Amino acid sequence: MSVERWLQRKDVCVCAGSGGVGKTTASAAIAAGMASRGKKVAVMTIDPARRLATSLGLPDLGNEERLVDPERLRAAGFDPRGELWAMTLDAKRTFDEIVERNAPDERTRDAVLGNRIYQELSNAVAGSQEYMAMEKLHELHQEGRYDLLVLDTPPSRNALDFLDAPKRLSQFIDSRSLQFFSGAGRRGLGLVGRGTGLLFSVLKRATGIDLLTDLSEFFSSFGEMSDGFRERAERVDALLADSRTTFLLVTSPRHAAIQEAVFFHHRLLDAGLPFGGVIVNRMRDLSDASDAGGELEKQLGTELARKVERNLEDYVRLAERDRLNLGQLRKQIGRTPMITVPDLPGDIHDIEGLARMDEHLFRSM
Amino acid sequence: MTGKGGTGKTTVAAALGLAAARAGKRTLVAEVAEQERIGEAFGKTEVGYTETELAPGLFAFSVDPVKAREEWVRYRLPSRTLAGALNSSRIFGYLAAAAPGLAELVTIGKVWELAQLERKAKGSAPFDLVVVDSPATGHGLAMLRAPSTIGDIARVGPIHRQAYRIHDFISDPRLTGALAVALPEEMPVAETLELEKRLDEEMDMGLDSIVVNGLYPERFSRDEAKRLAALDGGGPPGARAALLEHERARAQRSQLRRLRRGAGAPVLTLPFLFEPELGLEQIEQLSRELERRLP
Repeated sequence: MSVERWLQRKDVCVCAGSGGVGKTTASAAIAAGMASRGKKVAVMTIDPARRLATSLGLPDLGNEERLVDPERLRAAGFDPRGELWAMTLDAKRTFDEIVERNAPDERTRDAVLGNRIYQELSNAVAGSQEYMAMEKLHELHQEGRYDLLVLDTPPSRNALDFLDAPKRLSQFIDSRSLQFFSGAGRRGLGLVGRGTGLLFSVLKRATGIDLLTDLSEFFSSFGEMSDGFRERAERVDALLADSRTTFLLVTSPRHAAIQEAVFFHHRLLDAGLPFGGVIVNRMRDLSDASDAGGELEKQLGTELARKVERNLEDYVRLAERDRLNLGQLRKQIGRTPMITVPDLPGDIHDIEGLARMDEHLFRSM
Repeated sequence: MTGKGGTGKTTVAAALGLAAARAGKRTLVAEVAEQERIGEAFGKTEVGYTETELAPGLFAFSVDPVKAREEWVRYRLPSRTLAGALNSSRIFGYLAAAAPGLAELVTIGKVWELAQLERKAKGSAPFDLVVVDSPATGHGLAMLRAPSTIGDIARVGPIHRQAYRIHDFISDPRLTGALAVALPEEMPVAETLELEKRLDEEMDMGLDSIVVNGLYPERFSRDEAKRLAALDGGGPPGARAALLEHERARAQRSQLRRLRRGAGAPVLTLPFLFEPELGLEQIEQLSRELERRLP
């Protein structure tokens, strides 16, 4: 089993999974591995903590893809026959670029970029990262400069929120659903329909009028761009569902992570999205654990041999748990392609670490 | 409590809650972002949007943003008919689900409500301590920032006032403490240092403590490790596992030193527990450790 086979004839690889399972590292290792196999690859992360930058030894990846120095890759043991590009997503900048591209005229563009609600939302609020990741993915795919795009998705429980992100954004900005706001802004309360009039007055009591006035301003200027957003959202959806896209799940063999992986798997299948396989990271290896018998004591003396034995007992308990959990995972997700990566010594946070993962991810074709 | 995903936030939150409850505080652990994991160790699989007692004096609550929003609307609108109309309005549900930031605001708003001495929720008794098991770093920060963000958008009016009441509460060090949970590994340490910096810059808040979870014991001395490494052909299997563990324990200590050098907040550690799954007994054990080590 090899990631290379999973990615044959694929343009887009989306890595999903819960936090702390090594998803960012796995995404970077997949991208570096495919670059070593002759592809021109871009890996993008939307992780707010910019961990990918650390792992690729780049101080700041910025909102533009940057070429990872082939010498660095070579020094770590990769053979960069292709190219590895990397970026971390700046949600605010991506959002601004979209507005600039989609605004029908300068006046609208400036009205949106200058609107306080737009500034707060595009800058500060959770969720915009997810929206923007999908936009950027789509944009890079449209430009067609890469053989493969690898997307590292945001951590935590809402790991699959990004799937709905484009739709949610376009719905939010959609003129039909917001007619009521912009209508209220332009014509005042008296002229909106009876149903929405009641709703509006209720909302006013619940929230305060200033918010609504600002919102209606925001939406009336944004509304003119909403058709563009709706079309884009549809195209992003089509890209995600395309047979040239694949979703990989990354998990650790811990109970909680496995549960989430099963949950993600169901959601992907429910959404009809192309699923490639599961990477189980940090498996403790039981082949290390056969009984050494009396040999240890002969070689090490009683005291150290006892310590080594106790350590091994603890290790075996955890390795057995990993194995049981993996069995649970297999049972729950059926005959799904799976790659296990052993718990490698030391911490994986740099290019050398990615190279150590490579032999497990790309074992054989 | 916040920190990188996978560092054991929920376990540490449960241990902290247990320690507080033992000290006689009526304590609630609030989970956010649909996690619902805390009940498991206490044999309660469904916690939900109710104050569920896990142990004497220890309660859990799972903050569902949709339910929190409906509760907030009911609270804001004294008329049940109007509140019902708004909550069942499709346009409102649509907008509220799509509006970035609103889910974070009502979530932290419910946490704030749970922590008030005069509870707004009907028939609820006050808690002495509310432990919030909040989302991983980036989303956790976004949640903390939501009240001031939305408050600034609203400028004046009831939303502005209420958002700022919440903001003032969570940024007041006498009322709210911030704990980060980390692992003694490269990336969690980097993320914790960044979290401390961003909390200061964006919220003017400091971390009260950093809890480093899962610290491996140093079982072997340097000399012993040398003897193990010198064995022929890597030695028997147990020796390889021992060297692996020795290397891990040493790498962890170097990350711990890095964290201590870089962080302003005091750093305390919890041991790695060699148990297949963490149950009540282990949470109990960690709660005793926290009791001893927390200032």
